[in-house]
Amino acid sequence: MTRKPPEPVQVIKQRRDSALRALVNGVPYIQFMGIEFDRRGDELTAIMPFSENLIGNPILPALHGGATAGFLEVTAIIELAWQTLWEDMEQGRLDPTSLDPAHLPRLPKTIDFTVDYLRSGLPRDAYARARVNRSGRRYASVHVEAWQDNRSRLFAQATGHFLMPSRDAPRNED
Amino acid sequence: MTPKVETIAHQFLEALPHAKALSMTLVEISEGGRVVLSMPYDARLVGDPASGVLHGGAVYALLDTASGLASMLHAGSAGSTATLGMRVDYMRPATPGQRITAEAVCYNMTRTVAFVRATATDDDTTRPVATTNATFTNEPRRGARS
Repeated sequence: MTRKPPEPVQVIKQRRDSALRALVNGVPYIQFMGIEFDRRGDELTAIMPFSENLIGNPILPALHGGATAGFLEVTAIIELAWQTLWEDMEQGRLDPTSLDPAHLPRLPKTIDFTVDYLRSGLPRDAYARARVNRSGRRYASVHVEAWQDNRSRLFAQATGHFLMPSRDAPRNED
Repeated sequence: MTPKVETIAHQFLEALPHAKALSMTLVEISEGGRVVLSMPYDARLVGDPASGVLHGGAVYALLDTASGLASMLHAGSAGSTATLGMRVDYMRPATPGQRITAEAVCYNMTRTVAFVRATATDDDTTRPVATTNATFTNEPRRGARS
């Protein structure tokens, strides 16, 4: 009996990165905000590079509370969608090369989102990571933390509930 | 409300780059810390490409801006504010192509904290798209003496 040789690392990386790219690039608002995602294995870190357009208090200056919340919400939604996508991809149920803007997995919908502003957002790049605390068939609860210069000094955090897309419904029929 | 307050509100919006980026405009302000802002539909702000529905973050930003302005225009305001906490409930997707209007009311003000409620609707004003409940700091403007 011969074992199948493992896939070359570059092939795996390429497949995972292109799936993530398709997911993120498909959402206009994420592009508008300039938010990017960094991947280490299945772990995602969201990055929001500083832009003048994100300012809400020009005197300080500080990031707009709405921009910070949008960043946190995007991080939570992409993390949830990514976990589903990752599982489907690793188990061979989904071919990431079939992912184009017209065939994206359906995204979870935000039900409620509570943002806690801990200190003012500086005119610098911001980072965020989401933790899925519970993910059921229908609902999910996600916590997100955002920081700038120091990982241990959060400038905002949020918790929200999300409605998961139904798993048996067809993906985005066209 | 006096033209002076309206001018301050206009200038406030004009000075906020993120509010300008989302093309927020002042609709109305009235006594007692009530503010109405609106924002046009913009394809760049879509959160669900399949349906063309705006991302919740864009609607949130409008509600947050209206709420902050409402706390600043309240009679008890010391001049400056920042969001402490805000909870949003998304009731239904905003209809693609329609303007979003947010109405915020600062319903309680203490020496240090403003409490603000806000509601967002599209053309169908009978069914809210989203509502928020927020707390804002109430503090003197930077550089000003308290």
